[in-house]
Amino acid sequence: MTAQPTDIATYNFAYLDEQTKRMIRRAILKGIAIPGYQVPFASREMPMPYGWGTGGVQVTASIIGPDDVLKVIDQGADDTTNAVSIRAFFKKVANVAVTTYTASATIIQTRHRIPEHPLTAGQVLVYQVPIPEPLRFLEPRETETRKMHALEEYGLMHVKLYEDIARHGRIATTYAYPVKVEGRYVMDPSPTPKFDNPKMHRSPALQLFGAGREKRIYAVPPFTEVVSLDFEDHPFEVQTFDQPCALCAAENVYLDEVILDDHGGHMFVCSDTDHCEKRREEGHRGHLAPEMMEPAR
Amino acid sequence: MTDEPLLRVSALSKFYGSRVGCDNVSFDLWPGEVLAVVGESGSGKTTLLNCLSTRLLPSSGTASYRMRDGQFRELYRMSEAERRFLMRTDWGFVHQNPADGLRMTVSAGANVGERLMAVGDRHYGKIRATAVDWLSRVEIDEDRIDDEPRAFSGGMRQRLQIARNLVTGPRLVFMDEPTGGLDVSVQARLLDLLRGLVTDLGLAAIVVTHDLAVARLLSQRMMVMKDGRVVESGLTDGVLDDPRAPYTQLLVSSILQV
Repeated sequence: MTAQPTDIATYNFAYLDEQTKRMIRRAILKGIAIPGYQVPFASREMPMPYGWGTGGVQVTASIIGPDDVLKVIDQGADDTTNAVSIRAFFKKVANVAVTTYTASATIIQTRHRIPEHPLTAGQVLVYQVPIPEPLRFLEPRETETRKMHALEEYGLMHVKLYEDIARHGRIATTYAYPVKVEGRYVMDPSPTPKFDNPKMHRSPALQLFGAGREKRIYAVPPFTEVVSLDFEDHPFEVQTFDQPCALCAAENVYLDEVILDDHGGHMFVCSDTDHCEKRREEGHRGHLAPEMMEPAR
Repeated sequence: MTDEPLLRVSALSKFYGSRVGCDNVSFDLWPGEVLAVVGESGSGKTTLLNCLSTRLLPSSGTASYRMRDGQFRELYRMSEAERRFLMRTDWGFVHQNPADGLRMTVSAGANVGERLMAVGDRHYGKIRATAVDWLSRVEIDEDRIDDEPRAFSGGMRQRLQIARNLVTGPRLVFMDEPTGGLDVSVQARLLDLLRGLVTDLGLAAIVVTHDLAVARLLSQRMMVMKDGRVVESGLTDGVLDDPRAPYTQLLVSSILQV
């Protein structure tokens, strides 16, 4: 791939040099070949701090081509700082088309949500992962956790769920809820709400996970079994909400609480801004929807 | 019961460079038998125990274990996966310091339940019921089940560690100074408890201790070690009442009389 004619000619297409992309693609291919397995890779310094999506950005930079359409979301929203700046970054260094519509994107880089609109075959979902090791807080030694993955010793994962039930009477883990991929590796789905876990199961889209600081890449290929861990007498459940979205009246979606004033006023709105706007364009109105549409973009 | 030993150890040696850890140790351990390994510190007791429990690989020698299907398996030829599986199902290891054998940041119930979950138990209610049962067997009150071991006294931690090890019904338990660091009255209760459990469950055990009183109370047979070698072995009462080797005589005569 040759450098694109842009006004910042000193950078290669999509910022990373071709050798680095090649190295990352090899890690991605290995990750796809062994679903859920954490592949170490030589993570590079990126022009952003760790914790802001350096892993996701490197994965996106390695797979993006000139014809791709990129969408970036941060906690479901297209219009927050992190999403806006990563989208602007790729627009600048790769000169690609960007969008906020889930359906028209080919690559969706996400921080902590899976879009409400069902993903389709051919789409790639790139997760930004802070801590890839699901066993980290139970067993701090990396040498030991790698051995536990290798030998499929996952009893400890259930110890965490046991502790939840013992303390709270139910499984109180609500995000980064551990899953078992294709009956083999236990994987951290990144801090997505467990509401999104069922969307990972047999998803037609390719799911890639990049952890920049921890230098790990892992993947869930399309149509792969992703099962959330649970107990027979305490089965896995997703969050439910008492009320629909205050703006678009959507039900069975993940809602964010928004504080409206200093007097306890609040509303619940879709965390997926694209989904919410789409519905309002289609004429759905929630009880707090303004009379006039004001586009968030 | 059976006419075959549970564990056969032959010419086991461990060298740390030119230093001797343990040298040419051989013995058989029978089902339901408690063997005490005694000697002063540095005599190679713990090295021997670590080799037997496959936490250390010996420099030479063999140890074979009779699996539940009756077949003898050479311990040091097993894959790591098989050894670790053995460690958490058929074996137990009671550390001198309970903090080494417990997860200090999860509740007592989860500590006991971990082995069950590791072998595939996925029913919370049943796991918890088993944990309650085992806590009562080691004399820990049921209302402490959700407390972390950090909040337990030394004696309680040690009893919790024992419960955690015995919950999967192991056939062989290794104990490294199980009563070390406990005061005498707590020691006495723990020994009483251990003796009861070992008899009730028909456990075989290898107990490493420097305390001859512990050896006398718990074990049927004992081995006296010095400088990595076994200097005397035999029935516990025989060795303690009629020590033959000069070193054993010294050891027995060094017991403080109250």
